[in-house]
Amino acid sequence: MTAETSSPPVAAGSLRAEALQKDFRLRSGVTVRTLHAVRGVSLELEPGRTVALVGESGSGKSTIARMFAKLESPTSGRILLDGRPSANRGRGLAAYRRDVQMVFQDPFGSLNPFHSIRHHLERPIRLHHPGLSTAEVRERTEELLERVRLSPAAKFAERRPHELSGGQRQRVAIARALAPGARFIIADEPVSMLDVSIRLGVLNLLAELQRQERLGVLYITHDLATARHFSDEILVMYRGEIVERGPSERVILDPQHVYTKTLLDAAADPDRLGQLRDEVRREAG
Amino acid sequence: MTVLGQAVLTATNVSIDYEVDPPVQAVRGASLTLHRGEILGLAGESGCGKTTLAYGLNRLLKAPAVMTGGEVVFHDASGRDIDVVQLDGEALRAYRWDKVSMVFQGSMNSLNPVMNVRKQLHDVFTTHRKGMPKAAREARSAELLSLVGVDPARLSSFPHELSGGMRQRVMIAMALALDPQVMIMDEPTTALDVVVQRGIVREIMRLRERLGFAVIFITHDLPLLIEISDRIAIMLEGEIVEQGDAASIFGDPRHPYTKRLLQSFPSLRGEGGAFIRTGVTGATAAVAEGGAA
Repeated sequence: MTAETSSPPVAAGSLRAEALQKDFRLRSGVTVRTLHAVRGVSLELEPGRTVALVGESGSGKSTIARMFAKLESPTSGRILLDGRPSANRGRGLAAYRRDVQMVFQDPFGSLNPFHSIRHHLERPIRLHHPGLSTAEVRERTEELLERVRLSPAAKFAERRPHELSGGQRQRVAIARALAPGARFIIADEPVSMLDVSIRLGVLNLLAELQRQERLGVLYITHDLATARHFSDEILVMYRGEIVERGPSERVILDPQHVYTKTLLDAAADPDRLGQLRDEVRREAG
Repeated sequence: MTVLGQAVLTATNVSIDYEVDPPVQAVRGASLTLHRGEILGLAGESGCGKTTLAYGLNRLLKAPAVMTGGEVVFHDASGRDIDVVQLDGEALRAYRWDKVSMVFQGSMNSLNPVMNVRKQLHDVFTTHRKGMPKAAREARSAELLSLVGVDPARLSSFPHELSGGMRQRVMIAMALALDPQVMIMDEPTTALDVVVQRGIVREIMRLRERLGFAVIFITHDLPLLIEISDRIAIMLEGEIVEQGDAASIFGDPRHPYTKRLLQSFPSLRGEGGAFIRTGVTGATAAVAEGGAA
């Protein structure tokens, strides 16, 4: 149902984090203490696979996303793209960014209100493919919009962010991540700020693109239910460490680590209708 | 399986408009019955009017919001019926917080940052219980904190010294202060982490068992509502489109919007939701349409 894309599926490769460590120095008055936000995390993204990183706020999952996006540099450890250490500046960094892109949580904050949707998409295409003609850039922009189902593309391209709903904006954010021809997408809570009834639509779109283009996706979330259905593997983070990892079904249905169990117990589950009330009543005697 | 008690709050055909240009009908002919001691879940998405309705029940609407029609009656434990819409002056003050209290959306950030917890709790009593001796205020404040699982020593703490979960507990303590018969909780746990959220929800249910107040619990988190509510009302574009006990809303939803809302949440442990990975089904195509609309 989606238009044929000009870029063929990319060859196999991987994006790997090796023993990533990030310390923040927190200063309050004269005392300085070190917060170990991420402690020795290793993980690997492969084309056509989605890995979910779950945990509560402050567990370090967004810090990992920021290190992948090169918005934060690791205190130690490294990020390897296709087996080679990734660059932190210059041309190497530009090349890395062509391959690895972010989708942020807040679709209201991640698009510039002064620019049209066209501008948001044409800019990364031009930056990463300087050889393309104006007509080709235009064509590719509209193709991207169609791919994220914002059609008619020509109409959506002229709009500004405030004329779009949250879900539509997040679709633009996904199109923008794909614009340079990214092979890996780091999606940090991509649907948690959207209204519930449109969340699955956006996740479905991401899943479909991931299958069609064999993207490697890191899906960062606190929602265990979508992590289970949307990803192949789940990594559970607690205080900067990955405490459990495994195939999604296994982690959710047969959790091993005590923290995974706590998280699962805390997640709302309509199948447990009335249980909490009965429990509380029993305790009250 | 829940035995419905007497009604404590009845709203009939409530309509609320925002008198802006053009006028917005935020609530259209909503009717609700809250029974003594029950948890009524009010579910809907942003903009559906659920918060506006809650404000209406508590007479907290501010211009340009105006209640244009309908009746709200509070059936007091004393047996007296109070016509909420007609209240004003002292009678309104005696109704608010005393009979019906509220935990506001994002309320853990609504504590005054330059006042300690003690002063803010005492405030409730100096306003609503004039003449209550200081020692009694202090004793009641400490009691309230321990009731919600916060160490009474925290009375001397300032809001920034408390975690988000603790601040929310303090807000609940404040809402409990005057022993209300109804508590309206507007997204009381939305900004909190799941584990903390669970603790608060459990606390609310425990307090309900002990103190017997009724709760209107407002959220977009339908799975949570199904788990904890006795009855659920689903709101869409200002209207209550379906009402029923939690089990039938979950197991036998009637309204298409209720079905759509339920389908928006993949199942945590069951099968429902596997379509995300396996491809688009008819049901999810409709959801996807909603996203593009």
